[in-house]
Amino acid sequence: MLFIYLTRELRRRYRQALVVSLGLAVGIGLVLTVTAAISGVGQAQTQVLHALYGVGTDLTVSKTATAGSGGPTHFGFAPPSGSQAGKAFSRDVLSAAGQGTLSQKTANSIRKLSGVAQVASALELTDVNIQGHFSSNPSGRGGFVKGGGSGGASPVSINTTSVTGIDVSNSNLGPITASDITSGHFLTSATAADAVVSTSYAKQQSLKAGSTVTVAGTSFTVVGLVDEPSGSSVDLFIPLGVAQKLSSLTGDVTQIYVRAADATEISKVQSEIAKLDSSATITTSADLANEVTGSLSNASTLATKLGLWLSVAVLIAAFGIASLLSIAAVSRRVREFGTLKALGWTTRRIVAQVMSESIVQGIAGGIVGIAIGFGGAALVTRLAPTLTAITGASNAPTAGTPSRGGFPGRGGGFPGRGGPADPGTHTLYLHLIAHVQTEALILAVVLAIAGGLIAGMFGGWRAASLRPAAALRRVE
Amino acid sequence: MYELSKVGKRFSSKVIALRDVDLSIGAGEFLAVQGSTGGGKTTLLQLLGALDRPTSGTLTFDGRDLGRLREGQLTRLRGSSFGFIFQTFNLLPTLTALENVETALVPLRVRGSERRERSLQALVEVGLEERINHLPSELSGGQQQRVAIARALVKYPRVILADEPTGNLDEDTRDEIIDLLETLWRDRGLTCILVTHDSAIARRAQRTVWISHGRLSARRERRRRGSKPAPTDDAEVPREQELEQELEQERTSGD
Repeated sequence: MLFIYLTRELRRRYRQALVVSLGLAVGIGLVLTVTAAISGVGQAQTQVLHALYGVGTDLTVSKTATAGSGGPTHFGFAPPSGSQAGKAFSRDVLSAAGQGTLSQKTANSIRKLSGVAQVASALELTDVNIQGHFSSNPSGRGGFVKGGGSGGASPVSINTTSVTGIDVSNSNLGPITASDITSGHFLTSATAADAVVSTSYAKQQSLKAGSTVTVAGTSFTVVGLVDEPSGSSVDLFIPLGVAQKLSSLTGDVTQIYVRAADATEISKVQSEIAKLDSSATITTSADLANEVTGSLSNASTLATKLGLWLSVAVLIAAFGIASLLSIAAVSRRVREFGTLKALGWTTRRIVAQVMSESIVQGIAGGIVGIAIGFGGAALVTRLAPTLTAITGASNAPTAGTPSRGGFPGRGGGFPGRGGPADPGTHTLYLHLIAHVQTEALILAVVLAIAGGLIAGMFGGWRAASLRPAAALRRVE
Repeated sequence: MYELSKVGKRFSSKVIALRDVDLSIGAGEFLAVQGSTGGGKTTLLQLLGALDRPTSGTLTFDGRDLGRLREGQLTRLRGSSFGFIFQTFNLLPTLTALENVETALVPLRVRGSERRERSLQALVEVGLEERINHLPSELSGGQQQRVAIARALVKYPRVILADEPTGNLDEDTRDEIIDLLETLWRDRGLTCILVTHDSAIARRAQRTVWISHGRLSARRERRRRGSKPAPTDDAEVPREQELEQELEQERTSGD
């Protein structure tokens, strides 16, 4: 009987039921969209942290670049002799230019500190390759053809490849981990000329597992492809020892990744590392997140502060409207409820009837709201502008200040890579992908039922509070 | 069955619906309550049907003081013992005739198939077997009132309380409905209390009491010729002829 009465009533008042359901749907849809956007911003931030920091890392240790650090950056050209005129040349320089280096012994010392669970080292390098032809200048002065020069010779081309030497012994800490591999496998040998290539670089160079790639004149076998985090500019990952040997930076690293045994140990470990090397820059994930500026940071602030409160306000408004409409509907049915009371229906049964009608409207609103939420999230993903994350912009690395550190500039100074001229900053471009989370879906269902319950409760309570005689006297 | 002693009902300091009503109604009696609009007829009926409580005096039904029963007890009493018939029929507009009748059996926890069977039987009894699946909006006023009567009877109540049951009907339909009520009352041995301002209807009752300005007019109580006396009756019985004259005067003056 309850079900028949319920469906007939909703059908009779379908316009109002539609308004109530749509009101709740808009509220729930907005909450889902905003939470999806917040989650998307969160994921983008994680990507930034991942790109700059490494997976599962609690602290990174690096060093500020100083003059001459990072290895040689000159190409070693001697003035060309007349006999070289018109001949092709190719030179590679593999260096950690623009970055300070740490001794690998520091990593070993950190590994021994209490509260440290894992340590991994990395050496970030840039391979700059210059190719071209010596000029055939009749004056006899050496020089390169600068492109489109006399005699129709080929121009000089400069290519840069970002190469990172990684700790092969630790496949779950560092700039990439075994779980990031999308094809092939992780590096297995510390000495083999194997490489893991980023998917974007592999696409650009038409590489796949088993292909060969040349870095600084050395051929590497591609053993795997890695789906590198958005914004990361690393093209190849090779064994750390091999990278050190190729760049003549034996025993040096640019990054030490540290995972604490427990989150509460992070600050203690940070202090201990500062004692080991006072000139090191130690950065925690919290520092890193605070240092991220740009539109990503703005989007995060907007989504968490304004977006969330706005959606909560809309939800409250939707609940309010649903409640008011339910009360209005109940007011119009007072005589009906009076009749039911005269027939012996208990107040509880009448309230249950009203509430079940509201809950059905709430559930309908929830279903439509979830659809709106998915649609909204898709729209956010489609329409959201590319977010930028600027790291280390306002905070130059300060030696010996463990709580606030900058980020090592990557690729600064080389043509075609890096970004801003300021080597202390790094800009990442990210696309916001809004995903509706399972938790948010559960929240939507709870909100839908709660919305129905609240609306029905007000209406039902109103109906229940009337004495049957008073209800029957009521003029509709 | 009913004993009313100094029963009063006050809605506010200015609105007093009933004052010191003394009345006895016997089991199986057909009583008409007549009076002017706003005189307190409906209020009296609502008190008798446990839809409201008196603010003074005592009202007992089968020895139970309705003014002292808890709300749940009153609800159970309404569900099991009283059948209401309203002037405006008060059918649920979204339910069919059969479903409307079924609503009266919901509080009695009668199961689905039995509920439908009994409701169907009640509708057959009031001559509406052809209209069981019709919505109230698809029925005439007389048919709607028949559904309401079926709804009141389906639970086998002890008392039928009808508030102006023919007030919204034309003369022919009015006669059909009152014939039906009288037949059911006689066949089932029910107690029937009927509020009306229509003297022609009131005349069909065994006994008529008048209520005016919240007071029961003992002087104007009337008994139908040949009817049995009420089990307890403190009121003075005026002469039949005198009462008829008074009723005629009221009719000509527009009630």
